[in-house]
Formats: sequence, structure tokens, C-alpha cells
Amino acid sequence: MAVKNVIEAVREALREEMQRDSKVFILGEDVGRRGGVFLATHELIDEFGESRVIDTPLAEASIMGIALGAAFRGMRPIPEVQFSDFIWPAMNQLIGETARACYGTNGALPVPMTIRVPYGGGIRGGLFHSQNVETIFFHTPGLKVVAPATPYDAKGLLKSAIRDNSPVVFLEHKKTYRLVRGELPEEEYTLPIGQADIKRAGENITVVSYGLMLHYCLEAAEAVAGEGIDVEVVDLRTLKPLDKETVLNSVKKTGKLLIVHEDNVTGGVGAEIAALAADEAFEYLDAPVTRLCGPDVPTMPFAQTLEDEYMPNTDKIAQALRKQAAY
Amino acid sequence: MAMILELPHVGESVVEGTIGKWLKQPGDKLTRYEPLVEVITDKVTMEVPSPVDGSLLKILAQEGETVPMGAPIAELETADGSNGSAPTPESVPTTVAPAEPTPAPASTQQSATTGTTGYLVKNINPVGPTGGGVGTEQENRGADQDEPSAPPLQPAPSTSDAPGGSSRPSPAVRRLAKEHGVDLAQVRGTGMGGRITRDDLIRYVEGKQSTPATSTQALPATVEAGPDEQHVPLTPIRRMIADAMVRSVTQIPHAWSTVEVDVTGLVALRTQVRAAFQQSEGVDLTYLPFAIKAVAEALKKYPTLNASWGGDKIILKRRINVGIAVAAPHGLVVPVIHDADRLSITGLATALRDLTQRARQNKLTIEDVQGGTFTLNNTGALGSIVSYPIINHPQAAIVTTEAIQKRAVVRDDAIAIRSMMNICMAFDHRINDGAESGAFLQAVKSRLESIGPDTPIY
Repeated sequence: MAVKNVIEAVREALREEMQRDSKVFILGEDVGRRGGVFLATHELIDEFGESRVIDTPLAEASIMGIALGAAFRGMRPIPEVQFSDFIWPAMNQLIGETARACYGTNGALPVPMTIRVPYGGGIRGGLFHSQNVETIFFHTPGLKVVAPATPYDAKGLLKSAIRDNSPVVFLEHKKTYRLVRGELPEEEYTLPIGQADIKRAGENITVVSYGLMLHYCLEAAEAVAGEGIDVEVVDLRTLKPLDKETVLNSVKKTGKLLIVHEDNVTGGVGAEIAALAADEAFEYLDAPVTRLCGPDVPTMPFAQTLEDEYMPNTDKIAQALRKQAAY
Repeated sequence: MAMILELPHVGESVVEGTIGKWLKQPGDKLTRYEPLVEVITDKVTMEVPSPVDGSLLKILAQEGETVPMGAPIAELETADGSNGSAPTPESVPTTVAPAEPTPAPASTQQSATTGTTGYLVKNINPVGPTGGGVGTEQENRGADQDEPSAPPLQPAPSTSDAPGGSSRPSPAVRRLAKEHGVDLAQVRGTGMGGRITRDDLIRYVEGKQSTPATSTQALPATVEAGPDEQHVPLTPIRRMIADAMVRSVTQIPHAWSTVEVDVTGLVALRTQVRAAFQQSEGVDLTYLPFAIKAVAEALKKYPTLNASWGGDKIILKRRINVGIAVAAPHGLVVPVIHDADRLSITGLATALRDLTQRARQNKLTIEDVQGGTFTLNNTGALGSIVSYPIINHPQAAIVTTEAIQKRAVVRDDAIAIRSMMNICMAFDHRINDGAESGAFLQAVKSRLESIGPDTPIY
């Protein structure tokens, strides 16, 4: 198996699905000639032509509206939002229309659309290139939300997303693009949406995370392993629909739960998972459920020191684990 | 510079210790290797010395609190630190202990060990209430009564708010406690501030299994003393003895048996050689070495009495290590004569005197109380003629030697006056039936009865 990074995995998935199904097409800012600002669509325009890899104006509402209309007509569009920070103009198309179309037409208008969204901080991107946007979509019925952390998961899940008849918000953490490498099988594969993955088995504490933070969680779990703290790391992979069973089984086993995400703490994915544990694993909890998340500040600070302060990291996670273990 | 003192590891199988008594109070000066705190484990009591010159800043584990090995128990200030050793005024409790606290009896014999055990001082204050029946070993009672005995180990009242156990149990703990019918007041917490963790409860349930309600600690601890009552708080040692007894009677199905032994010949022998023995060996010759020797030889013949219940198997012990129940100043202790089957009467007498003396002076080492495979309790020293002893868990049996009395017995169809002694035994009926245990008792009996005035002692 070849070792690839996340951006290569994304590109492979796009290419394979476009080769497999002529209804699949890409549209977005700089996705064509430029190959995307992260080169996710690099050279795809050469292979599939301008009609299937479409450069658009800087108008996210239009990108999403065009994609939605195409989906209504049986196409499988993959709109790209260049940075998640720029998704807000498209919110009415996404939440007001896309998420509700299938339900509102009693199934007559499914939306087989995959919205690719590079997101996340820790990349010195400052106020407008670092945001986490998952909570909004996580809250919205009618959308699926996928947030892989590894090349293998990214490719397998993106292919499933493209084939899915529901709209899928596909979140790609920008820092993982070239930081995280892993083996990709030569043969074709897909991974089911809605299944979490236990990336590290353990007995004492459950850590639930996704995206870039998953890797910090794995590092932290390794760091405290020498202290006799055996951590189980659950990679959600899909935020919505949430794989409750995997989370609950792990929490019931360990009795302790830490949730780590980069998005702001209040009302985030972690809040929902904490509520899930309180609802359905209450009698198994042996310590307070804790969240280690980004603070409630309006956006990512630009100053390096402040960004470091904002981002959860391996040390902070290890400290939280030690605290849980000692409780 | 401030540093954290951790509870040192004291060897395999010991995972936690109970703080017995702080010998220093916050603010007191410390000298390196000076005893700082008494720690009681289920094997032995030890003194942890100060690892540094400096002062005691803060006590993190209160007296009576049980903490795992490696847990922080105190904050110390090293003498070379910038703050010197002056404590902050509020850290000094109003009831400051004497500058030189009650000296532990063995404080002159301590030696710091090195390596992973850190600051462990050995040879100190044994308690090791590893079971056995109540009673005493009184062979040297007359002489020993006058010896200065160790000060009783009474934990001083805690000088600060001990956090232990007051916090609300977690949902997991409450559910498991309900499922297993566990009274949480009986479970020792090892979590933050003495909190009972889920694992504490699981360990407790696995340890106690079926009959938690029979625990000695089941009495509600919160009941206030009535007008005609005085409530005496348990010392850590009393609690450990209680735990050991409950463990034995709840886990081991006891069966009892008693034989009469005609020790007329043994009495005659001892009377005849006692003075000479004292002269040549320097040890008073008692009956106990003969009993130990008879037991050790019988164990050799019937190895299933020198064994433990292993759940799905019976674990036979190759070595014959006979524990002797001794009433030490703080409570029952069971020092062990290792490889008792290899010792002569003289060797046994010497070992016995050594162990009982050190037990009474609180100078037993952890090795002295470890490794017992069988226990003998000389209840006769208290005048008892029949006992129902409790097995020293996890051993297979315990025997008592009862008081020797002259009794009228029938010999050759005539009434004779003989020196008679009862030997009582409790045995784990999972491991042995009456046949084996009866044969074992007969083997002990016949060995003791074969001793006569002319039996050579070496």
C-alpha cells in the first residue's frame, strides 16, 4: 500500500468517483485552472474538462444554489467552499433549502450533494482562515456531517458521501492535509458514514474526538500510558448521524469520558455527546464528563501566542486525562 | 524548594498503605532520615523517614486515610530552598505536636534503603494482623511482662479537615453498590479526596464476594453513643485485624476438630532438661517448639494441610512456614518461622524467642510476617482448653495448643493421672475433608505422645 497524505486521499476519491459516475461534478472558487487553493482538485480539470470542474465567481450562495438545482435534476454536485470561514453567505441555501428539500417534498427531491469544507485552525490563518463550523451543521436535521482525521478515512468516507443521496457536509481539517499521512489500499474501498472508529483501545478513560484533535488525543493517550492510564480513543469520523452505540459502549466500559474538539465549547458537538452519556450511560459514569474545547471567543486570534492558547494540544489533553484518571 | 513526598513502594503485593500517625506536624523541622510518618500496610507497619533536611509544609494524606503507593502524602520544604523552613503561620495547627514526637521504638535501628523503594525504613513496628485466632503466646510471659513495652500506636486526632469519603458516590458506584448489596461505608476509596471509585467497588466486591453483610464493619458508623455506651474509634490496626478476620470467615468454610494429647512424657522431659537447656542454649525451653516440630513433620506427611484454595485448584506449598500468633502491644501479630521443618528443637526455641521478643518490641521486619503457610496459636497460655480458631487466610488450617492439665484418664483399664493437652484445629473444608484433617491431627498427636523423658533434644 502506498503512503499518502489527506489531500492526496481526497483527490483520489474525487477522481475515482468522477471516473465512475459521469453525474459527479465539482464547482467552486479556483477549483479548475488553479486546482484548488490546497490542490485538492489539482489537474482534475485536465482529465474531466471545464464542464465537470467548474470555476465559479466568489459567491458562495450561488455555488450552493447552483449545486442544489443540479442535484434536483439528478446530478451529483461537489461544491467546494474554499475556506469554511466563507460558508456563511451560503447558509440559506444550505440550511434553508438543501437540508429541508427531501423532507419537504416527501422524498421527491433528494439532494445527492457533497459540500467539501476545508476548516480548522492551528495553521496561523488568523480570523478568516481558521474557523470551525461543524456545530451549525451538526445541529441541522437533513444534513450529514463527516469529519475524517486520516487519509484512509478521508478517501473511504468521501467516496461514500458522493454516492449518498443525502446532502453531506464533508469537513476536511486543513492542518491534516499534509501533516497526516497513512497507507491507502490500491484497490477500491468505501467506508460507511455513521460509524465511529476506535483508534486506540483502552480501559480507564474514553476520549471522543475527531479531525485534527484526534491525533493530539492519540499522542496524549500515548503520553499518559506510561503512567498507568489506559485511554480509549474514539474517532467519531461522522458527526451526524452520530454513532451513539460505539460512544456509549466505550463509556460504559471505562466509566469516564473526555470530549476534545477545537470548535467553541458552548453548544458544541461535545455538549451533545456529554448529554448522550448523561442520558444513556448515567449509571456507568464514574467521573464528571469533561470537555476540552476551544474557548468561547468570536474567532481564532491571529497572534501566535493567542492561537496556541486557543488550540487544544497534546499537553492540555494529557493533563485533562490525568485529572480524570485521578478522580 | 518545595517537594512532594510520595508514599514509597514497599515491595510486591503491597499496593496501598494507611497513614498511621504523623510524627511531625506542619512547620516542624526535618532532618534527613528522621522518622516522619508511620504507614500501615496489610503486611507491616513502617516508618517513612524524611528524604531531606528541611521542614514539613503540609500533610496531604491524613491519619487513617488509605492511599495507593506513589500517591502524594506530604509537601516538604528542603533546607536549601529559598523560603527556608519557616512555615506560614496558618499552616501550623493550633495543637502543635511536641517538637520531638513519641519516639518509635525502632527509630535507632532504621536504615534507609535505596533504589525504587525510596525512603523505606525497615525493621519497624510490625502489626501484620494476617489472621489467626485471638490469643497470646505466653511462654516467656513472666519475664517479658517487665520489659518496657512499646507505646501503643494510637492515631492522634486529625489536625485538619480530612477529605476522605465525604464526597457523593458516582452513578456507577451507586449502581454497582445496589447491584451487589454493598454498604458503601465499608469500601475504602482511593480516588480524589478518598472518593470511592468504580474500581474500588469492583475490587471490594471481588474480594468479599457473597456475604458482604456479615462484615464486622456493617454496623452503622453514624450511630451516636447512647447514655450507657462509649464509642471507641477503631485504630487502623484494629480495623485491619477486623478485615482479616471477616475475610477469613466469609471466604473460607471452616470445619473444626479437636484431639486430646497425652503429653505426660513431654512434661517429664521438659521438667528434666529445662535447667540444663537454659544453661547450654541460653533459651528457656517451652512446650511450643515441640508442638511446632510435630506440626511441621505432620504437614510434611499431609501436604494438603500446607496449602491454599486456588479457586479452580489447590495450591500446595513446598515450604513449611509456621506462623505463630503473638499478642503484640498494638494487637495480634503473626510472625513466621520459615522452613520450620528444617529446624531442631533448639533452633525452633531460638527462633521463637527471637520473633516473640521482636514482636513485643515492634521490631519485626516485613519478611518476618510474610510467607506463612500454616498457623499455630498457643491459646493454652491463657488457660483455654478448647478453641474455635479462625484460619489465617488464605492458609488451609490453623491449630491451637490448649492448656496442659492433669486429668484422670483411663489407661489399661485403670484410672491414671496424666498430663493432657487438647489440640484444636480449624480447616478449610474446600481443601480437606475430615479424613485428611483427622489423619493430620493424629500425626501431630502421635509425635507429641512419643516424646518421653529420654528423648534426646538437639
